[in-house]
Amino acid sequence: MNKVLLNSWRGRLAAAALAVPLFAVLGPVPAQAQVLIEHTASGDVEAALGGIFKAIEDNKLEDAYNRVNALLVARPNYRLAYLIKGDLLLARGAAISKMGAMPGAPADKVSDLRAEALQRLRAYREKPPVDQIPRYLLQMRADQKHAVVIDTKKSRLYVYANDNGRPRFVADFYMSHGKNGIDKVREGDQKTPIGVYYVTSYLPKAKLADIYGNGAFPINYPNDWDKRQGRNGHGIWLHGVPQDTFARAPLASDGCVALSNADLEMMGKSIDPGRTPVIISDNVEFLSQDDWNTERQSLLKAIDDWRRDWESRDTDAYLSHYARDFEGDGMSLKEWAVRKRQVNAGKTFIKVKLGDMDMFRYPGTKKEMVVVTFQQDYQSSNLSNAMKKRLYWIKDGGTWKIVDEGAA
Amino acid sequence: MTFSFGSGSGPGTSSGMHPAGKIALRLLFAALFAFGAAGARADEIADIGKLLKAGQYDQATSRVDAYLASKPKDAQGRFLKGLILTEQNKTAEAIAMFSGLTTDYPELPEPYNNLAVLYAGQGQYEKARQALEMAIRTHPSYATAHENLGDVYAKLASQAYDKALSLDSSNSTAQTKLALLKELIGTGNRARVVGTQTAAATPVPAKGAPPAAVTPPPAKAGPPAVTPTPPAATPTPPAAAKGDDAEVAAAVNAWANAWASKDVDGYLGAYTKDFKQKGESHGAWAASRKQRIEGASSISVKVSGLKVSFTDANTAVAKFRQDYKSNITSANSSKTLVLTKAGGKWQIVEERSGG
Repeated sequence: MNKVLLNSWRGRLAAAALAVPLFAVLGPVPAQAQVLIEHTASGDVEAALGGIFKAIEDNKLEDAYNRVNALLVARPNYRLAYLIKGDLLLARGAAISKMGAMPGAPADKVSDLRAEALQRLRAYREKPPVDQIPRYLLQMRADQKHAVVIDTKKSRLYVYANDNGRPRFVADFYMSHGKNGIDKVREGDQKTPIGVYYVTSYLPKAKLADIYGNGAFPINYPNDWDKRQGRNGHGIWLHGVPQDTFARAPLASDGCVALSNADLEMMGKSIDPGRTPVIISDNVEFLSQDDWNTERQSLLKAIDDWRRDWESRDTDAYLSHYARDFEGDGMSLKEWAVRKRQVNAGKTFIKVKLGDMDMFRYPGTKKEMVVVTFQQDYQSSNLSNAMKKRLYWIKDGGTWKIVDEGAA
Repeated sequence: MTFSFGSGSGPGTSSGMHPAGKIALRLLFAALFAFGAAGARADEIADIGKLLKAGQYDQATSRVDAYLASKPKDAQGRFLKGLILTEQNKTAEAIAMFSGLTTDYPELPEPYNNLAVLYAGQGQYEKARQALEMAIRTHPSYATAHENLGDVYAKLASQAYDKALSLDSSNSTAQTKLALLKELIGTGNRARVVGTQTAAATPVPAKGAPPAAVTPPPAKAGPPAVTPTPPAATPTPPAAAKGDDAEVAAAVNAWANAWASKDVDGYLGAYTKDFKQKGESHGAWAASRKQRIEGASSISVKVSGLKVSFTDANTAVAKFRQDYKSNITSANSSKTLVLTKAGGKWQIVEERSGG
């Protein structure tokens, strides 16, 4: 649909150019045509772009021109809007055959803006399904008021609120990511990591170079799973854009996630450093409430089975919950088994309570994976402790198994 | 900006959309009989036109000023005056002249066109576009205005591209030069296109605008160009003002006195520290003023008909007639000063000749 739209630019504008004498008599742009856009979300920009492209499709070029001027009043440094304005002006003189029709316009820059237009129009026309839930957000903790979900393929960042345990869509924003795409592995590869992260802190504008815009939220890349995969690098942030531009191209950063400054500030209201999860995926799937519940229940049952088998001191039953390629506390499954048999042998009882749990499906893994974090209260005949624990569960042969266990 | 005289096309025609395209410079210079003026009047206008064509600007100026003294509202006299000012590179005054014509005679496309040419010369393409669209709104088949508008669109497109792609084409882009119309309601372009373009033109007339270009313009019943009107400016003594008005009047008088007494520091001090004109730096502007004041052995400046209005509490607009005489030259013109108040002092931020 969006492709059709952008391709139709050609025919429409060529046709439109024929109508130049017609719209030259329409007179100057009336000042009152400049409807100010009030909100700060990028959604307003997409609605404006949607209106502009609709006007172009309908061959209402004067209307499109007025709309693009209004957008530029609201967003003075909006390069994409300037490009469209330039093309609309060119179209008054001669048929133009493509977006960015000015002879000698640098192809790479035009292509960046065209990509941004496509992404924004796609987002405008394909809103996230409000009654569905991103598959990643299986369970949020009570103190996690919001979660951030990023779809790199769509250049989109979604904010969900925790509505009594059920994620509720709040807002979505256009975002840019790494010049070289996704699946960050190494320092300097200019890629954006795929995974489940947390915002660790906040850096205000005053402490930042202009390139980061109005603020930055660092995330905990590389996390435990990344380190286990041998990934390195650091300094992946969600941040703003330089003051001389409203937005950056879809693929523009050194691996960070960049939002328009107004959007960053709006998103920032939902972020609680140390708590807010940030899930970066290249393809966000949405589930119906029922399917979401089914997935949750299946996983919750697996976790509870593991807990009860641990309490039962039946070490074989307990070990049946671990995957063959398990690693934990630097041990392989074999070493882990030896240790657990020793420990359990000397106990007359074990009691395990789990609380404050979150569960997030992990994007981009070969086998389905979920990362679960909780407060673990362990009591036994000879040892008791309380700790924050993190388990990675994978779907192995149709059942959920632990592939990694450690302190969170 | 340069203009060449003669009818028909000037050097080069529009090369279309390229930002650095060379722009048509078409000037028309024909007899100005449109208002069906009486013989003597028409002769005078024609004579002034010849002086202008011959480059005799001083003579043309004094003749047209004399003509306008008896007929201050006369469209053709004012149009000619605008052309003379344009030739003399007195852009601000020329803009004021054509601008006044568009206010008093909104149905005439030529002043709009020429206003657009002057705006474009200053790099004010959005204003140029609006003026040209007004010209076309009144006369949809006006070829010169269309061509000029095409060039302005190209320039605006180029500017939009610069911003879109963060380019700096300021030194690679030639200044757009548009076709100045040398003729008010003539028989040249405006009439010539009638046969070819109006036939094909869309049946959508501009709202509220008569399709005037189709027929030779009739004598307008509207503005009484023929009737002499008494001079508009009745002297108002600055003393009549009070409060802020009086402060602004005092500032204007102090400025005129400093100028007349060749007090360069006092004169320059009447302007804000960053006052600029015609794209010159403050320093360059101040240097040229200093030179001009010191170059004259005697100066007299008389301010009359001062009227002060306020855009806001700290911005005042002072309009008056300025009678300037020196051993070198003399000029009686209307002047507008925009003053701003800072630190309890009114200073000039903008200075222009004309309304």
